[in-house]
Amino acid sequence: MQFKNRYYSLILTGWLSILGIGFSSPQVLAQGPIKHDVQVTKLKQWQLSQYHNSNSSEKTNEEEWPEPLNDSPTYWLILLEELEYATNSGEDSFNWDLVSWVGGDYQRLWIKSEGEVGLEEGHGEGEIQLLYGKLISPFWDLQLGWRYEQLYGDKGSGRGFAVIGVEGLAPYFFEVEGSVFISHEGDISARLEAEYELLLSQRLVLQPSLETNIALQQVEEFGVGSGINDLELGLRLRYEFSRNVAPYVGINWTRKFGDTADFAREEGESVDDLKVLGGVRLLF
Amino acid sequence: MMDLKTNLLTRRNFLRFTTGIGIAVGLDGLIPPYARGRSIKQSQTKPNYPHVISLKIQETKLKIGQRDATALTVNGSIPAPLVRLREGQLATIEVTNQLKEDSSIHWHGIILPPNMDGVPGISFAGIKPGETFIYKFPVTQSGTYWYHSHSGLQEQKGHFGPIIIDPIEPEPFEYNRDYVVMLSDWTFEDPHAILANLKKMPTFYNYQRRTVANLGEDWEWRGMRMDPADIADVTSATYTYLMNGLAPETNWTALFQPGEKVRLRFINSSAMTFFDVRIPGLKMTVVQADGQNVQPVTVDEFRIGTAETYDVIVEPEEEQAYTIFAETMDRSGYARGTLAIAPGASAPIPQRRQRPVRTMADMGMDHHMSGHHMSGHDMSSHDMSGHHMSGHDMSGHDMSGHDMSNSNGAVPHGPDNHGLGNAGVPMMVKSRLHEPGVGLENTGTRVLVYTDLRSVSPGEDQRKPERELELHLTGHMERYMWSFDGKKYSEEKEITFYNGERLRLILVNDTMMEHPIHLHGMWMELDNGAGKYKPRKHTIIVKPAERLPVEINVDAPGKWAFHCHLIYHMKVGMFRTVAVVDRPTGVS
Repeated sequence: MQFKNRYYSLILTGWLSILGIGFSSPQVLAQGPIKHDVQVTKLKQWQLSQYHNSNSSEKTNEEEWPEPLNDSPTYWLILLEELEYATNSGEDSFNWDLVSWVGGDYQRLWIKSEGEVGLEEGHGEGEIQLLYGKLISPFWDLQLGWRYEQLYGDKGSGRGFAVIGVEGLAPYFFEVEGSVFISHEGDISARLEAEYELLLSQRLVLQPSLETNIALQQVEEFGVGSGINDLELGLRLRYEFSRNVAPYVGINWTRKFGDTADFAREEGESVDDLKVLGGVRLLF
Repeated sequence: MMDLKTNLLTRRNFLRFTTGIGIAVGLDGLIPPYARGRSIKQSQTKPNYPHVISLKIQETKLKIGQRDATALTVNGSIPAPLVRLREGQLATIEVTNQLKEDSSIHWHGIILPPNMDGVPGISFAGIKPGETFIYKFPVTQSGTYWYHSHSGLQEQKGHFGPIIIDPIEPEPFEYNRDYVVMLSDWTFEDPHAILANLKKMPTFYNYQRRTVANLGEDWEWRGMRMDPADIADVTSATYTYLMNGLAPETNWTALFQPGEKVRLRFINSSAMTFFDVRIPGLKMTVVQADGQNVQPVTVDEFRIGTAETYDVIVEPEEEQAYTIFAETMDRSGYARGTLAIAPGASAPIPQRRQRPVRTMADMGMDHHMSGHHMSGHDMSSHDMSGHHMSGHDMSGHDMSGHDMSNSNGAVPHGPDNHGLGNAGVPMMVKSRLHEPGVGLENTGTRVLVYTDLRSVSPGEDQRKPERELELHLTGHMERYMWSFDGKKYSEEKEITFYNGERLRLILVNDTMMEHPIHLHGMWMELDNGAGKYKPRKHTIIVKPAERLPVEINVDAPGKWAFHCHLIYHMKVGMFRTVAVVDRPTGVS
């Protein structure tokens, strides 16, 4: 400790004398202009000579200099929009909805997943999408890729699709996703999703949502009729403890139509279904 | 008199000393005298300027307010030591990098040779870990300036300090005391995490957004996918605002005697924050802007943008304490200090003001438009939803028959929408130099405006500009992209200026945010109507939908950085290299 004290006082006095500022110097008005003893050399000539002067060989290695900034690193997002437990008169279920991307400003790789699983009998479905996204206008991404859908329960069938879609922010801040799917059997279907955020307070956010699926061809194995398959309307109210963690409660109403409804009845599933749910929204 | 030596050596004394009238300093660091709340004005008969100034860039653990923090500092303190130079001398500054990553120091506002400017990739290779770089340049100007890292996001972590250059000719104003007041924004988060958060959710740090209560009023804004409460990207949600390195509760204090004239050298050394500065009970006479003498103008309040400096003289008459109040533009927080007759005094914090809201003027909607008809759009019904030009092709609209200009020189925005990186363009762009800025329109007091700034002496170069260059400030809040002309630095790197020309550079702000634009190596003369007395500035705030012309006497051959000084805007690409080259033969 002794040595340090001396060391510090040495540095201190040395430095203070360099800066030449006295502690007890009185504050006085200027007596007159500062006399200077350094002539300002011909500035332009000096500047030019410095520019051509190789200063510690920096000049010759200009090509090896780093960039002044890296404006295109890789960014990423993982958003678990829904991670919830839903209950209705029938079977309780666990649902999820994940959106993630990794990439830059113009091109990104998207991974999306959603699904629901009944907690008693294990019926349900899940899917994952792997998409290449490209910014095609300031507010819209074009997405191309692949989707895999899996049914849970007795049947356990799965199928793959090619996907083409757009995702973005429509006027009035509607978040919209529209996709067209073509299965490996050539069956064509499409989906439209829209969401809106209403701020009730800085941390209390009400989020209505809508999803609808339509299909061109009937695919009995997957319970899909042709025409409009279903309509899902949701209303979730979340409280943001932080931007990253926001528990929520909500309701979700699903209605199946036409042949899709018939297939569901055959399986003993409901066609008009209102669930109360609770979950947590996670942003990474 | 306090014996500084003894104080540093015991921890108890140390903490008492650094709080209240000191600055934020590492336990291993020395406290630069200039920021200890003692006047830096010294006897003019004994000037003493060091031949060599030694600066060490290092990581330092210190306290910000009551919390422990790890900062990147110069010589162990925030702000860094005062670099005091004399006009006419040859400055020699040795900078040693004791970090594990590259670093640099840029001398902001200083005219010097291009290889001394301190921008890695443009001036030099940067200062590698363990290396020492020796800056040497003749000092040919005087005033208040500052210095900071130009590497990565280091400036956000505390790497900045003040520069004072004493003039050869005495300044045209008098004062008894002299203090540097550096305003900054400190975050305990990693700056890269802040940028990552903005890329995930652009309103991540905005806890003053409009709610459903305003849904009706905001409907038109929402139609344009804009948030009128978007004032600042990064707010007090993560920032603690500092005055000379001290948090508001620590209360940096400057001493005075009643009846004295006190010079306050305000420097905005923040990364992302505009401050509105006022001292309740005191008028401030602005005498320098960006280190340049201006004809004195007495105001109650001024807005200081990131990287700007204003020197003011105040004359406190009463035997009381005055609060030096720097409220942020978005009103989410403030930096604060005290002018007092004795240490330990404080005055009340003035009432906090409401967060301002963007207006149609920020959108480029001019009142004068109401009588004009644009084919397909009937303005008189006040349906604004179609009027924002996002992605719009203007070529179908016949504007030729209308005289669109008015006394503000408002002109329609041209047909170029600047591509994917630009969310939209304003309808009309005009001069807004006479406006105080968003949130300062109705203070009931006198607020400084850019048209108040007039140089004390006429500029040396009074040529008419020979060439005009228009540059658009563009960006996209939703994707957090910021650029010039819709292109990031990596997409378009260079702008060319010709050595010896008198250039008129017109900055057009297509975005909804203010940007403090900074040119290295040369002065920008602000065309604010002052004619021969146009003020010289190194950093200029361009307001939303503003069309702002500056004139540049291009006399510095070499490569210079040109960028928005909001650090996260710069980092995502709002940056260019200005190459000053000889005019090719055959070009007039």
